[in-house]
Amino acid sequence: MRPSYRPIPTHRERRSISTFRVLQALLIKEILLLRRNPMVPKIIVMMPLAVMLLMPLVASYDVKHVGVAVVDTDHTPLSRRIVADMSASQWLYIDTVTTSYPAALRSLEDGRADVILSLPRGLDHNPSLMDISSNGVNATKGSLGAQYVAQSAMLTLKRWQEEQGAGSVSTSNPQDISVISMYNPTQNFKFYMIPALMGVLLIVICGFLPSLNLVSEKETGTIEAMNVTPVGRMTFVMSKLIPFWVAGMVIMVICICISWAVYGLYPAGSLGAIFAGAMLFCLVMSGIGVAVANGSSTMMQSILVMYAMIMIFQLIGGLFTPVSSMPDWAQTLTYGVPTRYFIDIMRAVYLKGSTILDLRFEFLCLTAMAAATSLLAAITYRKQS
Amino acid sequence: MNPFIALVKKETLSILRDPRTMLINIFMPVVLLLLFGFAISNEVNRVRIATVVTHHDDSTRLILARLRTNSYFDFKGLVAPSEIDPLMRRGEIDAAVILSPKNREMQSQILVDASNAVIAQSAVIYIRSVITEAGGGLPVVIHTLYNPELKSSYNFVPGIMGMIFIMICAIMTSVAIVSEKESGTMSLLTVSPVRPYMIILGKLVPYFLLSCIILGIMLVMGYTVLGLPPTVQILHVIWISMVYVVLSLAIGLLVSTMVDNQVAALMVSAMMFMVPIIMFSGMLFPIDNMPLPLQWISAIVPARWYISAIRSLMIQQLPITYVAKEVIILLGMTLMLLGVAIFKFRKTLTNQK
Repeated sequence: MRPSYRPIPTHRERRSISTFRVLQALLIKEILLLRRNPMVPKIIVMMPLAVMLLMPLVASYDVKHVGVAVVDTDHTPLSRRIVADMSASQWLYIDTVTTSYPAALRSLEDGRADVILSLPRGLDHNPSLMDISSNGVNATKGSLGAQYVAQSAMLTLKRWQEEQGAGSVSTSNPQDISVISMYNPTQNFKFYMIPALMGVLLIVICGFLPSLNLVSEKETGTIEAMNVTPVGRMTFVMSKLIPFWVAGMVIMVICICISWAVYGLYPAGSLGAIFAGAMLFCLVMSGIGVAVANGSSTMMQSILVMYAMIMIFQLIGGLFTPVSSMPDWAQTLTYGVPTRYFIDIMRAVYLKGSTILDLRFEFLCLTAMAAATSLLAAITYRKQS
Repeated sequence: MNPFIALVKKETLSILRDPRTMLINIFMPVVLLLLFGFAISNEVNRVRIATVVTHHDDSTRLILARLRTNSYFDFKGLVAPSEIDPLMRRGEIDAAVILSPKNREMQSQILVDASNAVIAQSAVIYIRSVITEAGGGLPVVIHTLYNPELKSSYNFVPGIMGMIFIMICAIMTSVAIVSEKESGTMSLLTVSPVRPYMIILGKLVPYFLLSCIILGIMLVMGYTVLGLPPTVQILHVIWISMVYVVLSLAIGLLVSTMVDNQVAALMVSAMMFMVPIIMFSGMLFPIDNMPLPLQWISAIVPARWYISAIRSLMIQQLPITYVAKEVIILLGMTLMLLGVAIFKFRKTLTNQK
């Protein structure tokens, strides 16, 4: 029985109340579904743990163990000294010292050595006879390793010439130039990768899960029940986005705690900037996931499309290889890739202590993308099948 | 009709009747290969650099000229010392050099943004060589074997192949089998007089053929568009890839026996496999940089052995004897996984009966 003294809610009021309550009900449904799925809670907790504990140790481009095969046909004190100085270097180790080039090449082919250093006869009179060959299959290790070997050999030669009194009084020695490594004084590559690995987790979990969730509703047919309710597009899509947004934040908290406790890495900038970036990025990824799911009819289709996108996001977003190393056309392309902005933000805040103001361009682009993908997710959802 | 051929035909039809999935399967490898073959590179080839000069003389002018003309640098101009930090924070420069000539002696200092240690290391080497060359350096000839232009695509193409096969084969077979379980048509198959191994083969053969088509497309692209060096080892590459495809199919089969709905199958074969394959396969991060226990973990990732074998054969063009270890491990893994998968699959079938 309706009490007569209470004013009947107007149409608009009724709608605003119901939208909120509908969303609340839908969210409860989604969260219950997520919790009752035996895999999802494990993925949200175990994946960050596994990735954060193992992957920073794996992800390393540090060119530290460069194997050198020396072809020494000079056999002078100078050539021996070059070899001895090299084996004392922290980056290089001497794999073999032979007198024949084929033997050195053999150890390079076997993968034991990365660089071949040839010291032919008459080195002390004509240092330019020295010759370096590197294995170019792994371009980074090849080129950097060759540079290390060249520098080490040149340094020994220079010292030797000065001792002999023969060398010109050359002005600057490469080792005399002081180098200051800013933001990451120990040049620890882990610190560079940890913020990126947080990005990997958000990409994979916030990209795949919403897509799987929505398409599985399509396949089991429960979406038909949703299609006949008066629930609006925006409300429905929000009920799909918000749970993964929360999941993303849980992942971020786990990651930040692990990186602080295990690796001693704490953001140099503000946590607020990190979470602001992560919130925007989660929205972008789950928006894409929902939009792809809206456009697919089977789980396989949506997952294959998401897989391709996630691969592209991971590999050209600058997570593993620097954007600045890409050719110009690819660099232009990365402006359309949300990971690029997020990874830039994460690294800059974590290592350099940049502020949101420093990173306004990245934050603006990410906000625009978050708005665009959420809208796209809402527009592509159709009740008519 | 032979029941085996009938099964293959049924599975082929169900692949062909989903043209969107087919198209994705064929186009995605092409797009990924093109993108990564050309775009991904680890080479540090443009160090953005700013310079601080306390006062100019001939030697600073020479160094500045070298920095401007050297293609490895993107010279961002002369700045005041106080501007260096904000510029780095905004990510506008990677390194800065302070040149202060005193009594004809150059005193220089390099400030480098070491948040990316690899760029920092290379940048320091480049800058040092530019500065010291101005004072007269020693010539050293450096050659690069196998990959004279230092193209990163040479390094990445085998890696992309290793990823794509695991992805397509494992995802597609696991979903194909589990969806039959879900829709209940698997029960129909189990009550038919077809033997269990026939059912498995009937499932695997169409996906094997699809993977061979994809392999063909990738090899043609690799040798035409990406310009890999032509080699006689190509026949070995093809058969080793086929072994790897069978291995990936077996992984998909194994996943399908362990889960009972598509969502779970995809979570395992797409989400959980993705990160370990990227990280542990040696596609991006060299295996010998890892700590020893993690190297052991990486030994159980099949992609590691496949990628290493294909790199040696395709890029270094070494004879097959050099990759004997990798090939034997791949064959062993394939037989073992296939055996376990078939055994478990038969068990699930008998359970359903």
